Amino acid sequence: MRLRKITEPVFERLIKICGYSSGFIVLLIVIFLFKEGISFFNLSPVDEGSTLWVHNSNPVKELDAAQIKDIFDQKIDNWKAIGGNDQPIELFTLDELGEAFTAEQLGPKFEYLPKCIDSYMDSLPGAIGFFPEKQTVGLLKSAKEVEVDKVSFSTFISDTEWFPTSRPAARMGIMPLLLGTLLVSFFAILFALPLGLAASIYLAEIADDRVRKILKPIIELLAGIPSVVYGFFGLVVIVPFVQNTFNLPVGETALAGSIVLAIMALPTIITVSEDALRTTPRAMKEASLALGASQWQTIRKVIVPYAASGITAAAILGIGRAIGETMAALMVTGNSAIMPHSLLQPVRTIPATIAAELGEAPFGGLHFKALFALGCILFIITLIINLLVERVSAKRR
Amino acid sequence: MSNKIETIDVNLHYGDFHALKDISLGIPENSVTALIGPSGCGKSTYLRLFNRMNDLIPETRITGKVLLDGENIYKIKATKIDALRRNVGMVFQKPNPFPKSIFENVAYGLRVNGITDKSFIEGQVEKTLHQAALWDEVKDKLKKSAFELSGGQQQRLCIARALAIEPSIILMDEPASALDPISTGKIEDLIFELKSEFTIVIVTHNMQQAGRVSDYTGFFYLGSLIEFGKTRKIFTNPSKQETENYISGRFG
Repeated sequence: MRLRKITEPVFERLIKICGYSSGFIVLLIVIFLFKEGISFFNLSPVDEGSTLWVHNSNPVKELDAAQIKDIFDQKIDNWKAIGGNDQPIELFTLDELGEAFTAEQLGPKFEYLPKCIDSYMDSLPGAIGFFPEKQTVGLLKSAKEVEVDKVSFSTFISDTEWFPTSRPAARMGIMPLLLGTLLVSFFAILFALPLGLAASIYLAEIADDRVRKILKPIIELLAGIPSVVYGFFGLVVIVPFVQNTFNLPVGETALAGSIVLAIMALPTIITVSEDALRTTPRAMKEASLALGASQWQTIRKVIVPYAASGITAAAILGIGRAIGETMAALMVTGNSAIMPHSLLQPVRTIPATIAAELGEAPFGGLHFKALFALGCILFIITLIINLLVERVSAKRR
Repeated sequence: MSNKIETIDVNLHYGDFHALKDISLGIPENSVTALIGPSGCGKSTYLRLFNRMNDLIPETRITGKVLLDGENIYKIKATKIDALRRNVGMVFQKPNPFPKSIFENVAYGLRVNGITDKSFIEGQVEKTLHQAALWDEVKDKLKKSAFELSGGQQQRLCIARALAIEPSIILMDEPASALDPISTGKIEDLIFELKSEFTIVIVTHNMQQAGRVSDYTGFFYLGSLIEFGKTRKIFTNPSKQETENYISGRFG
């Protein structure tokens, strides 16, 4: 008796601690994610420890990441295009330096490097140089450092290119990834919703008990299959199917991703909407039938409208599943981070990008932080989805 | 008066349970027939024979004949069941309006039966809401959800809904059991009004109600029909001992 007086409060405390700690863990994850993600902004897109230089006479003072990439890809070859004088742009890096000067001229420890750069720059006023900070800053006379626009939230959101490893400046626009994610998820839900709704109507209203007792566990089992297995299935079945049907060079496309994600979202949609359909009072169904409505009319005009909010919740949950899905999307969508123009083209989703690139991004670097910023965006999207589900189901009660 | 509905030796089983036992009964046209008896006596099950609502319950077996205007409704084709139900309206124990507007609730039966003529539907909705004595209370909010009405109003809406497709029979399964006395009074007045046009069969727990509204009364007990006759006779001079015990409140 006395023991119980001691143990019960202890257990009560323990249970309380468990409850609080789970909330605390969620908070910790969110703080950590956003700390890393937000520190991405206001970094320079140029490689750490490197600087860009132009001749003193060049009026161009500032460049953004997109312009730098175009210059070094030689898509922009005249300063005029970016507000400078009408003179051709010459790329000038350590490679050119090595060709123009001998090892002796550069000095055994590269101590003459700044001089060599100066003389090269003077002979080619249209040059743009890309050199390590150490041997240039404060040492060059002929050239001035170009200011590079920092990564901002607006370029991150609006830039249509994702080249996180391009040098000298990385381009990190979320647009292609975001659109890839939304495209794949949208079509996934477009495929899954009618199918899932039909299946849930069948289970809730038409199937007899025997059939339901077999089908329901099978559908629930579908939710338990690891996503990598879905990925395999997609790779072996869906991808070749898409490739052959549309006569494509590669089958790893947004369409293949949508189909696989649709299959993965099905169990959620079916079970949630079946539960919603089952809440329709029997009296309401009987009232409809008693008025001479057929079973189909009753389903369409009474049962589905009655369960509408539950079905909406099912659809939103399904979208959430599709948006957050990583492994299967990585395996079947083809992974090319370009702006999607059609379903029959490879795309890459946000979670797939994070999974694929995190391993090769240097810890704590620009690329690493960019991936965390992607994670933040994903978190915000799924948060909005969850809030929507909450609202819709709250309306139901 | 001729019989609108007639059952001959009807037996009904739910699985192993023998719910109705050899019931033979004729229900006269344009009258109110009350079915009374203690809970589980089979009176609701018997009522639900007439629009084949028992079909919805799995493992139901029915033998015997249920004649409606002389036709055995358990011999008709499955495709004709909808037509049968159009002819037999039903009002349930709890008000069960659809999650639609007041107007659409009444129009529902017309719409599912393929009527698209807008002015006809509007006319029918107004007419039946008048019949159900609800028109004055809802005429300004026909577009509002039916769930905004009170329980009594909802039940009258359900009656209007049943009347809209112009059935010849109305089945009422304890239509006032979930309502307050004032709403109950309105429903009873309504039943009285409607009997000139319809054949009404009402299941009720409430002895006084059966006495007030019905012309004929059938007493059910343990799945059997114990006694059937004019209400006045059943209530004043029943021929069976069980009936008298039940009516005088000795059990039930």
